[in-house]
Amino acid sequence: MHSTDWLQFALFIGLLALITKPLGIYLTQVLDANGKTWLDPVIRPLERLTYSLMGLDRNKEQGWKQYTLAMLLFSLVGVLFTYLILRFQHLLPLNPQHLPGLSDHLAFNTAVSFTTNTNWQSYGGESTMSYFSQMVALTIHNFTSAAVGISIAAALVRGIARASATTLGNFWVDLVRTTYYLLLPFCFVFALFLVSQGIVQNFKSYDTAKLVEPQAVQVAKMDASNQPVVDAAGKPVMEDKTLTEQAIVQGPMASQVAIKMLGTNGGGYVNANAAHPFENPTPLSNFVQMLSIFAIGSALTYYLGRMVKNQAHGWAVWAAMMLLFVGGVLVCAHFEAAGNPIHQALGVAAADGNMEGKEVRFGIFNSSLFATITTAASCGAVNSMHDSFTAIGGLVPLFMIELGEVVIGGVGAGLYGMLVFVVLAVFIAGLMVGRTPEYLGKKIQAYDVKMAMLSLLVLCMSILGFTAWACVSDWGLAGLNNAGPHGFSEMLYAYSSATGNNGSAFAGLTANPANGDPHYNVTLGIAMLIGRFLMIVPIMALAGSLVQKKVSPPSAGTFPVSGATFTILLIGTVVLIGALNFLPALALGPIVEHFLTAGGKLF
Amino acid sequence: MKALFTDIRAAVVATLVFAVVLCGLYPVAVWGVSQIAFKRKADGSLIVDKDGTVRGSSLLGQVFAGEKYFHSRPSAAGAFGYDGASSGGSNLGPTSQKLNDAIKDRIAAYRTTEGLAATAAVPADAVTASGSGLDPHISVKNAELQAARVAKARSLSVEKVKELIAASTTKPDLGILGDAGVNVLELNLALDAAK
Repeated sequence: MHSTDWLQFALFIGLLALITKPLGIYLTQVLDANGKTWLDPVIRPLERLTYSLMGLDRNKEQGWKQYTLAMLLFSLVGVLFTYLILRFQHLLPLNPQHLPGLSDHLAFNTAVSFTTNTNWQSYGGESTMSYFSQMVALTIHNFTSAAVGISIAAALVRGIARASATTLGNFWVDLVRTTYYLLLPFCFVFALFLVSQGIVQNFKSYDTAKLVEPQAVQVAKMDASNQPVVDAAGKPVMEDKTLTEQAIVQGPMASQVAIKMLGTNGGGYVNANAAHPFENPTPLSNFVQMLSIFAIGSALTYYLGRMVKNQAHGWAVWAAMMLLFVGGVLVCAHFEAAGNPIHQALGVAAADGNMEGKEVRFGIFNSSLFATITTAASCGAVNSMHDSFTAIGGLVPLFMIELGEVVIGGVGAGLYGMLVFVVLAVFIAGLMVGRTPEYLGKKIQAYDVKMAMLSLLVLCMSILGFTAWACVSDWGLAGLNNAGPHGFSEMLYAYSSATGNNGSAFAGLTANPANGDPHYNVTLGIAMLIGRFLMIVPIMALAGSLVQKKVSPPSAGTFPVSGATFTILLIGTVVLIGALNFLPALALGPIVEHFLTAGGKLF
Repeated sequence: MKALFTDIRAAVVATLVFAVVLCGLYPVAVWGVSQIAFKRKADGSLIVDKDGTVRGSSLLGQVFAGEKYFHSRPSAAGAFGYDGASSGGSNLGPTSQKLNDAIKDRIAAYRTTEGLAATAAVPADAVTASGSGLDPHISVKNAELQAARVAKARSLSVEKVKELIAASTTKPDLGILGDAGVNVLELNLALDAAK
């Protein structure tokens, strides 16, 4: 790493630490049904109107089952809403490119993907989605799936903070307040900043540029029925053609990119996502996008500390996340800067590192940093192609997802995922000293540990189970872009990303093949549903159990949930469980590939 | 049962209200302000020549192959590269034979075109495809290696060409963020204007 890389890294972590407290305090106001914020004069009327249209009593709280049911119903309506729009986009307005409706399995995959905050994209945006689909069917989930995640996190934190109670808040109130007071105003300002950097925001159809230097190319000759003409030997006949034009994508991009980052959604407007110069024009836009991915997740740790009246606990959780994060960035950046020895033997300058799939304006370090951030959080936007990373450089994002995306993590999802590990860490500490484990004065009992473990095992089962199925099936192998261990990594990454609700990819994988095979779209869709809802339900059950417990006063034997000991124990729990579950699979993919690269083996 | 009905109503109404506010009002408000404050950027940073023809966007790269022009990076966007409607990278991994062969060919071609020694190290960005396939930049080192060839083809002095390179170089933001790069489209247009 160069000295400017260290400076950028320090600036990033420093700024993140600085915004954590003020944003965390703001979150306590937003997530209080009767909280006051400085935006009340503008937004309060809209909030009231929304409640009255919904027929809602905002002071009526819900138990964990009602809260979960409300969340599930809302998500179900959201899936159907998006599915229908995508299927019938050719009949809907704002479709200047006259794009057709989507196939049933692609529409299912996409609807589930955006509802679950995954934003896995089996399609290329600019050639598939009308402006209406982008703006309505997809953008709505960028907001609401983020708000749902934050709501669930808030409910779990209330379950920890309250004692001898039964209710966890009201899902609808949390949903509406998070959307209106947090996401909407922040995105508005952020989107304008992004336009100032060069991201487009318009409703024009695509522009056509006349190339500065027309290019002579050879294309396959087509007959009258648009089939390739073949010669006697069966080879396609080629003809000369001159390329004179370049299409320039347009549309309401900045408004979507703002929420895709802040809400850790990650679904790109265009296929190349944040690598595309329109989605991420400058290093400054890149830096602010990276910061926005982590902003809310980081602030939620402060919210946790504030709510449980133990700020040191909030910071201890934050520190554990940050240490894991720094480790990931350093490993990834090191291997990307070292580059690929095979290509260097051909004559590529060794000092330049691995530039395949990376943009010049970001360079090695900002690409590695972005890759680690987007997978540590469950964002999934990419500013470089992870598929073309070196073996270990690509292992880091994969491993970050498989840790459960608890390193800051998705908005809300990162905190509730990390709190599961906190419960387990406390449990392990209790076992080690032979005392009943306690978390902030509450006894952690068999039921709580079962629910915590259930939410983790479900993820592991989905990732490894689906990967195993894909790699022994014809449909699984047909989608690969790379052979050898890298092909296995493509499948493992796909199911890790879908189950982890991340949405980034080793994007060579074709999940939506031209022959219409639905296996990838459907299995990835199911993995996303498992990763979202089969994780949330046990966590809400845990919250429902914790909220009823009495708090016993701390004694000499109480294990403190702040300080270095706790942070190290928490890191150990996260890494150990992540490593134990996934190391065998990683050994078959990136780890063996690393050694093959060193030996110059090609596939 | 009544509670369930209440929740279903809330779910449907919330979806519709959000659709209006988040998918209608929000993007339109962003559009309205940005069209006033940042009109050129909101419309794609288009480069338009004297007679009103769009020649490209200063944010998007184009293909260049002639000896009078600086060459952009290899591109995996579309069949011929730099296809604005089909952005993306090669997605080929570190042990890919296909990538290995492509890089080998590009290195040989680069050394021939720029008159380099057969063992000279070639800048990585000159022989690898970018993530978007539309990368507008090349590294400064890459541009400098191409300067002599372009200067000769245009009968310009190398110093003049290097001046133009410097003028088309984007420095790191705030002095430290990101890497410097030379905007190839802007540089080539500047060359055409200079003749």
